[in-house]
Amino acid sequence: MTDVTTNSTTDAVANVSALAASRVSFRRDGKLVLDGVDVTVPIGSFGAVIGPNGAGKSTLLHLLVGTLPAESGAVLFDGSDLLGLRRRDRARIVALSEQHGDSDTGLAVTDVVMLGRTPHIGRFSAESEGDRRIVSDALAAVGMSAFADRSFDTLSGGERQRVHLARALAQQPRLLLLDEPTNHLDVRAQLSLLSLVRAQTAAGITAIAALHDLNIAAAYADSVIVLSAGRVVAAGDVASVLTPELIGDVYGVRADVLTHPRTGRPLIAFDTT
Amino acid sequence: MTTTTAIDAPAAGLTPPRRRALRGLPTAVWVIALSVLLLVSLVVTVTFGPADIRATEVWGSILGHLGFSPTALGGEALSPLRDGIVWELRMPRVLTAAAVGAGLALSGTVMQALTRNPLADPYLLGLSSGASLGAVAVILLGLGVVLPVAAFAGAIAALVATLGLAGAVGALTPTRTVLAGLAVSSFFGALTSLIIFWSATGDTYREILSWLLGSLSGARWPAVAIGIGALVIVGIPLMLTGRTLDAFAFGDTAASALGIGVNSTRWILLTATALLTGAMVSVSGSIGFVGLILPHAVRLVAGQRNRVVLPLSALAGAIFLVWIDTGARTLFDPRELPVGILTAVVGAPVFALLLLKSRRIS
Repeated sequence: MTDVTTNSTTDAVANVSALAASRVSFRRDGKLVLDGVDVTVPIGSFGAVIGPNGAGKSTLLHLLVGTLPAESGAVLFDGSDLLGLRRRDRARIVALSEQHGDSDTGLAVTDVVMLGRTPHIGRFSAESEGDRRIVSDALAAVGMSAFADRSFDTLSGGERQRVHLARALAQQPRLLLLDEPTNHLDVRAQLSLLSLVRAQTAAGITAIAALHDLNIAAAYADSVIVLSAGRVVAAGDVASVLTPELIGDVYGVRADVLTHPRTGRPLIAFDTT
Repeated sequence: MTTTTAIDAPAAGLTPPRRRALRGLPTAVWVIALSVLLLVSLVVTVTFGPADIRATEVWGSILGHLGFSPTALGGEALSPLRDGIVWELRMPRVLTAAAVGAGLALSGTVMQALTRNPLADPYLLGLSSGASLGAVAVILLGLGVVLPVAAFAGAIAALVATLGLAGAVGALTPTRTVLAGLAVSSFFGALTSLIIFWSATGDTYREILSWLLGSLSGARWPAVAIGIGALVIVGIPLMLTGRTLDAFAFGDTAASALGIGVNSTRWILLTATALLTGAMVSVSGSIGFVGLILPHAVRLVAGQRNRVVLPLSALAGAIFLVWIDTGARTLFDPRELPVGILTAVVGAPVFALLLLKSRRIS
């Protein structure tokens, strides 16, 4: 990891031991998709990015992982300039678990997870015993060890999402990005995937997930970043951000925010009358 | 790594089936087995043909030309006439067939992985037609360019045209890409035919056929040099790109997030396949479907990992084309079939199957 000090941005970043994106913008076909977005997520915590469709949630994640080029702005992780790193070096720090449709690969589950070792293994060298151990540990962490030899194509949506999480974990990232990880999953699969993510943050990984379901975000995230039309409209800890007013403003729906009887976290009840 | 909570246990009772035993075989075993099969095929197919030649005579001829005594090491001496048949006609032909088969199969494997298109193949995407046009322009119009270079230029022009056309009408779906390839290859094929007609000398129809359908009947040692040379210079480096190709399994964004420079990698590798295809087509014409059939056949038995599929496709392609070309020159003896007719007989049904299979993904 290289330590780069960027003069223009360090002032804006109060917390150095965090993922800190400042004034990040991105334009697609001339249209500003992200407009000067600031994001701060402390290391080892779980940040949820929420907002209506088209707010720029996925785009933000892609800018953080460097698969889309930011037009302006800076992204620091633990004080180092993520976007200034070489692609391969960055892939050893940041992993992205995308939302994949029905990708027909024919690869076995182990092979899919082994893809996560790509930035660590020399282009022309073979995988080592250590790589194989990391892959089997990652599969164990997501509870998919029994599926190691199965063809990825035969898995259910929830199983695929776990394997993608294992692939991302095999990258041994310090920053884990998840793009709508719970889409198309049943409730049980949603809850189990997010508890896996929270277990990773407990182990020191910083996680940021783009989420649609406000109650999922409220139940699992430490902080939320609310995007609307490419701008951050609110950010902070779950209880202070997820208010009926904000939900009304951003989503245009009426809701009551209750308190979960067991966890004490916010529980959003939409007004469907 | 952390332990999972109770809710995480995957549904019990679903014991996942083991992968087929064949896939468990180490790559080295496959490589050695196919290499031996290739060597045996080369020697055996040289014995096939109108003049009855024994394998020991083939061995004797090889030893003789390598500067040993033909009768050493179990070889058998043969007359100058028979030696000429072996060494000047059949040997360069089977070696060219092996090189072309390996090169086309490799190109197909790389193209399929990079474009995530199971139907990608140098012939179906028009590269072979483009290369034929380049080659014919040099041979018949006397353009002052080295033959494989002209074929490469034709192949890369066709590749750019196909991907450009397919991309211009929307996302690069397998079917769109193949349709664009059809348009491009028809156009380049027509230009090739036109040039041959225009500069007509001798049997025009036969010559057009041998470029459009492929033929190895004219392959002599210079063809072997071009084919093997391209394999060594371009093919072997391509065989080492398996891990990079695997990273494309879930698309460009996933590859990029794994640290791959997606655009540069794609263009470097596609240019390499155009180079390889160009060299092969310049000595054989457009032989279809080799780049389509062999990679899929190899994946069926050896799995999907490109590090394994690349070298095995190359070996399987070599073996396949050596035998198919032997069929082309012996089945209807004394007449000879353009070898592309036979590869199409095998390849078109495979193409149809893949089309049916890919319906649900595109």
